[in-house]
Amino acid sequence: MSDHIISLQGVSKEFDTKNGKITALKDIDLDINHGDSYGIIGLSGAGKSTLVRTINLLEHPTEGKVLFDGKILTGLKNNDLNLSRRKISMIFQQFNLLMQRDAIGNICFPLEIAGYPKEEAIKKAKELLKVVNLEDRANSYPSQLSGGQKQRVAIARALASDPEVILCDEATSALDPKTTRSILALLKKINEERGITLVVITHEMEVIKQICKKVAVIENGQIVERGDVQEIFTYPKTQAARKLFFPVGENKEVFASGKTSTRHRLRLVFDGRSAYEPIISEMIMELQAPVNFLYADMDVIGDQQKGQMVICLADDPQKAEQQKEFLRKAEVDFTEIIEEGEGA
Amino acid sequence: MDTGTLIKMLWEGLLQTMYMTLAGTFVAYIIGLPIGVSLIVTSSNGIKPIPIYNKIVGFIVNVVRSVPFLILMIALMPYIRKVIGTGIGTGATTAALIVAAAPFVARMVEQSLLEVDPGVVEAAQAMGASNMQIIRKVLIAESVPSLLNGGAVATITILGYSAMAGAIGGGGLGSIAIRYGLHRFQPAIMWITVVVLVILVQLMQEIGIKIATKLDNRIN
Ligand SMILES: Nc1ncnc2c1ncn2[C@@H]1O[C@H](COP(=O)(O)OP(=O)(O)O)[C@@H](O)[C@H]1O
Ligand SMILES: [Mg+2]
Repeated sequence: MSDHIISLQGVSKEFDTKNGKITALKDIDLDINHGDSYGIIGLSGAGKSTLVRTINLLEHPTEGKVLFDGKILTGLKNNDLNLSRRKISMIFQQFNLLMQRDAIGNICFPLEIAGYPKEEAIKKAKELLKVVNLEDRANSYPSQLSGGQKQRVAIARALASDPEVILCDEATSALDPKTTRSILALLKKINEERGITLVVITHEMEVIKQICKKVAVIENGQIVERGDVQEIFTYPKTQAARKLFFPVGENKEVFASGKTSTRHRLRLVFDGRSAYEPIISEMIMELQAPVNFLYADMDVIGDQQKGQMVICLADDPQKAEQQKEFLRKAEVDFTEIIEEGEGA
Repeated sequence: MDTGTLIKMLWEGLLQTMYMTLAGTFVAYIIGLPIGVSLIVTSSNGIKPIPIYNKIVGFIVNVVRSVPFLILMIALMPYIRKVIGTGIGTGATTAALIVAAAPFVARMVEQSLLEVDPGVVEAAQAMGASNMQIIRKVLIAESVPSLLNGGAVATITILGYSAMAGAIGGGGLGSIAIRYGLHRFQPAIMWITVVVLVILVQLMQEIGIKIATKLDNRIN
């Protein structure tokens, strides 16, 4: 057994298109440990799908190596590659179920491919339907299932081959928030109880917060930041990471308010047990300068509570400087919000 | 002509037409289905792109398809005569039907397989399915209803070809219609054959659609 279940070494991918070459991935190095729940986040077009598809070689890298459990996949013959692929399952945004097969038939599919005897396959498929809480829909066709149910069938199908890894490419992006939470909870359970490594591709921070322990931020085909989710949430180093971790939804407002003024905005992060309001009221009193609360929110990341708050400092630059000094002394974690283009 | 003879003649014509149509369609599928599948598989976004094969076979298919059936049959006559000994009658017509219909069938099959969601093919690849498994269990299995619909259309088209072949001694209902309607001025007999042909077409269409709909699990 190798240290890393998945290892990408210097992986680049170029696409030849009518409009010339597109570099989708640039010299990616990525190691994922056994049992990890590893998120890869980035904006649309960043290269997330291409990255995850190089792991099972649905996309062949133009350069670099892909290793699965220490074995080099790039350059394997089709037959050998197919054997390794059986240990790397994948679920998709659009579910990609066989429309002419019912739930059981879909779950049996990977077993059929692997040459399982039919009866054993059906027995296993039925057990897996229980795991995903769909035992009553064994004979339903995909057209008779809701999005969430379809994804459950897809997850059961992914589990059928006893994989070591499940790759999830925007697996919840077509689902409503409630269904998203239940699917993520199921994936988390699978990761924790079965020790199956998850690689989670998403453009949504919520997904990372809910199920990932580690995360890599991808921008323009490059990994710009990576580490523990907790760590990056608290101290995002790059502009890309900061943008992704800033309050979703309120994002526009927070940024818009800055476009029209030159005032300083800060993002404060605190763990759920301490409350920062008293410190900030104290700061307002002591310095006799106002701050504006733009956003405040509590989050659960993994199993820890984290709070974040965005405030706008006083107009007067001198006062603003004093305010920052005050926060530093009070040992508040904060990052300044810098507009796009001003550099990170 | 008394009614008994007429009925006997029409019955024989019907049998000949059915024979030519069904045998022609069957063999056309044996040839056309693999060609259609191969066109999908070797296309640029297929599971095994082979551009040269795809271009050449696609071109041949288009060429044969663009020759009108009667002209193709006349052109083929000398060769058919060499192979099966005669250039007229049901045997010769069936041979010509196969040549004309196989490329048509290939395109119909191609159209049906195009309807399969590429995402599903990709999912099968990710599971480690071989190309052969993908062809059988995904591409073909997923498009069975569409293939059946296509089968009905192909059968009807081939029925039409066989009737045309009647004009040049092809046998079957087409020959009867030409002989009596055109050469012997007995329009009644011609109209009877027309009615029989219409009923045949309707039947094939209905049966095709019924089976296809029944087997399709996408619409429930
Ligand atoms: N098959 C392809 N052919 C050409 N360009 C592609 C192909 N797949 C992806 N790309 C390009 O590569 C870049 C990254 O795409 P993708 O990995 O799908 O991004 P993401 O999943 O992060 O939205 C985009 O610019 C996209 O247009
Ligand atoms: Mg994507």
